[in-house]
Amino acid sequence: MFAYTIRRLFMLIPVLIGMSILVFSIIYLIPGNPAQIILGQRATVEAIAQVEQQLGLDQPWYIQYFDYVGGLLQGDLGTSIKTKVPISNEIYPYLAATIELTVVAIIIAIVIGVNAGIVSAWLHNSWFDYIAMIFALIGVSMPIFWLGLMEQYIFSVQLEWLPSTGRYDASTVITPITHLYLVDTLLQGNMAHFWDVSKHLILPGLALATIPMAIIARITRSSMLEVMRSDFIRTARAKGLNSFWVVYKHSLKNAVIPVLTVIGLQTGLLLGGAILTETIFGWPGIGRYIYDAINYRDYPVIQSGILLVATIFVMINLIVDLLYAAIDPRITYN
Amino acid sequence: MSKRFGLLALLFMLLLSVALIGCSDNSDEEQEDTPKENTEDQAEDTNEGTNEDKNTDTSEDTSTKDTLIYARGGDSTALDPITTTEGETFRVTENIFETLLNYEDTNTQLVPGLAKEWTVSDDGLTYTFTLEEGVKFHDGTDFNADAVVFNFERWMNGDSEQFPYYTMFGGFKGDEGHVIKEVKAVDEFTVEFTLNRPQAPFLKNLAMTPFGIASPDAVDKHGDKFTENPVGTGPFQFTEWKRNERIVLEKNENYWKEGLPKLNKVIYTVIPENSARLNALMTGEVDLIDGVNPSDVERIESDENLQIMERPSMNVGYMAFTMNRDTPMATEQKVRQALSHAVPKEQIIEAFYGGLAEPAKTVMPPSIEGYNDDIEDYEYDVEKAKSLLAEAGYEDGFEFNLWYMPVPRPYIPEGQKIAEVLQQSFAEIGVTANLQTADWGTYLEKASKGDFDAFLLGWTGDNGDPDNFIYTLLDKDSIGSNNYAYYSNDELHEVLIEAQTITDQDKRNELYKQAQEMVHADAPWIPLVHSTPVVAAKKEVTGYIPHPTGSEAVTNVEFK
Repeated sequence: MFAYTIRRLFMLIPVLIGMSILVFSIIYLIPGNPAQIILGQRATVEAIAQVEQQLGLDQPWYIQYFDYVGGLLQGDLGTSIKTKVPISNEIYPYLAATIELTVVAIIIAIVIGVNAGIVSAWLHNSWFDYIAMIFALIGVSMPIFWLGLMEQYIFSVQLEWLPSTGRYDASTVITPITHLYLVDTLLQGNMAHFWDVSKHLILPGLALATIPMAIIARITRSSMLEVMRSDFIRTARAKGLNSFWVVYKHSLKNAVIPVLTVIGLQTGLLLGGAILTETIFGWPGIGRYIYDAINYRDYPVIQSGILLVATIFVMINLIVDLLYAAIDPRITYN
Repeated sequence: MSKRFGLLALLFMLLLSVALIGCSDNSDEEQEDTPKENTEDQAEDTNEGTNEDKNTDTSEDTSTKDTLIYARGGDSTALDPITTTEGETFRVTENIFETLLNYEDTNTQLVPGLAKEWTVSDDGLTYTFTLEEGVKFHDGTDFNADAVVFNFERWMNGDSEQFPYYTMFGGFKGDEGHVIKEVKAVDEFTVEFTLNRPQAPFLKNLAMTPFGIASPDAVDKHGDKFTENPVGTGPFQFTEWKRNERIVLEKNENYWKEGLPKLNKVIYTVIPENSARLNALMTGEVDLIDGVNPSDVERIESDENLQIMERPSMNVGYMAFTMNRDTPMATEQKVRQALSHAVPKEQIIEAFYGGLAEPAKTVMPPSIEGYNDDIEDYEYDVEKAKSLLAEAGYEDGFEFNLWYMPVPRPYIPEGQKIAEVLQQSFAEIGVTANLQTADWGTYLEKASKGDFDAFLLGWTGDNGDPDNFIYTLLDKDSIGSNNYAYYSNDELHEVLIEAQTITDQDKRNELYKQAQEMVHADAPWIPLVHSTPVVAAKKEVTGYIPHPTGSEAVTNVEFK
């Protein structure tokens, strides 16, 4: 297991190199001179030359690439054109905001998705099964953008149950410690703020959870159906075991691997989906950070932001792979 | 059904937990920073209705709301306004810093600011300002002539990477084109500017938000971090900035203008998506929003809790003919006039601006001093267009390439669709326009090289001076920078240069009116629209006057 972990970590190296090349080439793949695009209509020849120099565009591409990677290895993610602050100094609060949202969303997705899948399989071909799967189909095909706006309209504007945007009520003061505000407010023991932050998490969390929730439900259902047709389940049932235990213990344990795979992939994808959700819900996360950078043509931020998200994605999948062995003793890595 | 059940269960659990929290947590700290709006939400949420909620609710909620929450599409880049050219910064810093001169509320004429009086020497080279006395910076230090000198010295000794100062004053200290020779304190409250050469828009430039006077002490103290700790003399002082979340300003208790500001606190938040921002306004989470979709205006107007405010335009969207090319438009004035008669501006405005624009008949919008309202636009008249074409010898029409921009701009929100309307309109008089586009970077590059037969583009003014429109966009000196039309007219050039060298604003305005006549007759452009962005707010918000420059202080804003 340990050897496998090490081996997998080594295998990350080519993946990361590939990603760095891809991300690095963004600036070349976008047509037009980046300096001209950054400066817009007020560009002068001197200003363009200056921005090119600032971005290192006056150097040959391979030197630029090695400079870039060299910087990355030293933890230098570049400097934002917009704020003129090193990206490594300003990225953490955004990342924390996204992590908080993603964790909430994936919890919602797993709790609802897995249970819906299980019950659908259990009550196979019942009305519950049909309706759940129709919802899952709708959920998979729902554009987050539209869904988010509808949620706001229904739950905030019409029903006035929940706030529509932001991480907390704009006129409260939350002192960040970890920048995970659920954690911070708990640490500070301020339950009013904790509640405020929780309320603000619900709508974006749900919007972000919708697609993975639907996918998880569908995979869980099909995986469970397969397991529940196998002999040992029939035996368990024949022995007169409580069907709840048959389903939730014996079947689920054997059906969980594909579900876990999907959860892993979806968690990674959520980071990407977060760009839309964060934009609609005014959530100051990494997705918004990248989105703003795209609007502002802040190439270093776009590059480093994407690289960071991609790295997290890869890491999550690695963790999922390692979890297989932990969960299913039949799987060994040797 | 599962999901709906789950959702309801979740909501139920959360509601339950509120009730529990409400019961257990009766502490005082909640009072101090749980403001009105918050409690309003909670009171509605928790039908269980704990008593403490009700208490705070009634005492201050309706009568004395004094915090304005302003939601916009993007965060500020910096809070030291001289370091940027970006509007979201100015919108905030306008409240923190004050300039020597100010613009009037709804146009760009000048009124006193930190300088109560000013005089100009006859040669236009010496400007003397008498400053307000008794003004203090937020850090308690005095505002005086030395502070003004300090600020200008700071800017003049910078470089183009630090301060875009050079774009308005022709360079930095030591540069050949630099306008300001010296800034000197004559006595404690008198400052004298000596110029290297006359600059007609000099006073207008001084009124621009980036030239707000900062506290010298604070600049020295914070150094590079001044942009995160701005200190000025404005009606509000800086309290907090969490990037991409919010900026908090609090009332300057010692503000030199009696009885102002009226608000206690201003909070700027960011909601990037236009519809989501409107949702937040409708829920009452925020009090004021900008960036309203034209299609949402009707909905806002029909909502009795909301109001719409129009921002006077300071831009122009136009279609230009590249005049150094071998096309019928470049060579024949009549052809240009014919095409001008063929454009249904009103129809374009209805279709693509939701009515939130006015047809443009000249280079600059009406909010700019020197605007010539006597010009009669080329009215939409297909027959006249046809006959002009015939006179020019093109009764059978001709073909050209019309380029449109690939990205939405405030003055041209939908380049492609507007180009399609133009294409159809020209087709009616027998002229074929082939539509073309390129990515934005390439587009600007090609435009500046004069590679287009005709193209769409626009301009948003910097300092509210007519020079900043007509000279910047159409003088022969500006070919290679912003005169993308490659329009060269010596007569016009003479008028514009004369207008640059005299300081009497009335005479200047006359010259600019004359210049607009010339451009109108020659028609190197078809000016299309001046778009008027709108701001939406709760009905109770009063005293907010959107300024054409796009940034205004909220000094007089209050809740009715």
